[in-house]
Amino acid sequence: MHAITYEAPTTLDQAVSILKTHGENARPLCGGTDILIQLRAGLRRTEHLVDVKKIKELQALSFDAKKGLRLGAAVSCIEISESELMRRHYPGLTEAAHLIGSLQIQNRASVGGNLCNGSPAADTTPALIALGARARIAGPGGEREVPVESFCVSPGRTVLKPGELLVDLLIPAPAPHSSDAYLRFIPRNEMDIAVVGVGASVTLDGDKVKAARIGLGAVAATPLLGAKAAEEIIGKKLDDAALDAAGRAASEVCKPIDDMRGTIDFRIHVTGVLTRRALAIAAERAKKS
Amino acid sequence: MSKKTLVEATINGEAVEFLCEPRQSLLETLRDVLELTGSKEGCLTGDCGACTVLVDGRAVCSCLMLGVEAQGKNIATVEGLAVNGALNALQTKFLEHASLQCGICTPGFLISAKALLDRNPKPTEAEVRYALAGNLCRCTGYDKIVKAVLDAAADLRSQGERSAAAR
Repeated sequence: MHAITYEAPTTLDQAVSILKTHGENARPLCGGTDILIQLRAGLRRTEHLVDVKKIKELQALSFDAKKGLRLGAAVSCIEISESELMRRHYPGLTEAAHLIGSLQIQNRASVGGNLCNGSPAADTTPALIALGARARIAGPGGEREVPVESFCVSPGRTVLKPGELLVDLLIPAPAPHSSDAYLRFIPRNEMDIAVVGVGASVTLDGDKVKAARIGLGAVAATPLLGAKAAEEIIGKKLDDAALDAAGRAASEVCKPIDDMRGTIDFRIHVTGVLTRRALAIAAERAKKS
Repeated sequence: MSKKTLVEATINGEAVEFLCEPRQSLLETLRDVLELTGSKEGCLTGDCGACTVLVDGRAVCSCLMLGVEAQGKNIATVEGLAVNGALNALQTKFLEHASLQCGICTPGFLISAKALLDRNPKPTEAEVRYALAGNLCRCTGYDKIVKAVLDAAADLRSQGERSAAAR
């Protein structure tokens, strides 16, 4: 790896100031499970790494029944999957964090880092989109919030400008009778990059769907919000016809690539299948919540 | 060559100070600066687990962590498993079950297995396989490794019972 500098600020202000000073040449370092590989492979030219793990706000994991969840950008995947609170309130996001890489990776990698890496195939991003998460960003000009579905702009690129960093993810408190689920297709049991990933959240009102959101991964240049697919089931009973309609609508928004992991046609087909299944699982969980 | 940074950490129970460049991974630092060559370099991408060490009790790929990030951390490597020359139960069982051939993956497996048994003294076979899923072995086919870990767990439990009875 080329020479770099390393700083580990303990406050947001310090981090923003360091990031601003170095501009395009600086990047926050969290678990390092993507960026160190990218630096070694010459895929990024970052010269200044700013370790953000010592900043209190980025390590927050707090839940309030009204305000919802504040998930610090540096909270590791293992902290999420070991959290009783996360398993109870956000089982879909929890299962997404739990299937990233090996335990060694989960012990270091964070959901915030997964988002900032900007991969279209990130596992936790569709789960965040399904939950209506907002990304809180700090920068030289102050704070701003961006819905997670608008955070990634192209593979490896996000809305973060030089000097900015992701502070935390703000996730609404689950409504009564609501839950979420995340499913991904990979050609083996564990540890692979998603061929397709689908996150779904469902709120029930009796036997009808009151609200739903769907996040789609690995089927376009950025993770997508499947707004039309959700519309297909809102106000309806979640029967086979409604699930099929949602699956078709999800498939229609896909613009995947052909690669060694899957063909365009296969990814479009699997998106429909996983959308139906993820919605059904989220609805089952919602009935019990 | 960029400026070296002084890092203070605890490695295998001993307070250690070392100098490293910010670009150096913890793995490079352990091997090249501290001459602890037990942790192996396999893929350098976090896929093979040969470089696994414990950082504050959690298994991590030392190739995906910078040496400077070790500041203030408690690091455990394969060198710290044996105490005064006496192999620990995992090492003994790996030998008994012939759980290694070329041996490159073994330090990583031992550390991942230790991380598991420290948290879960009575794992099922599925839990052992899950805990070791981030460690690749191209020689053994894994079965002997899994058996050794289950056997070491049983051994450690009976040792625990004996010492509890002795108290």
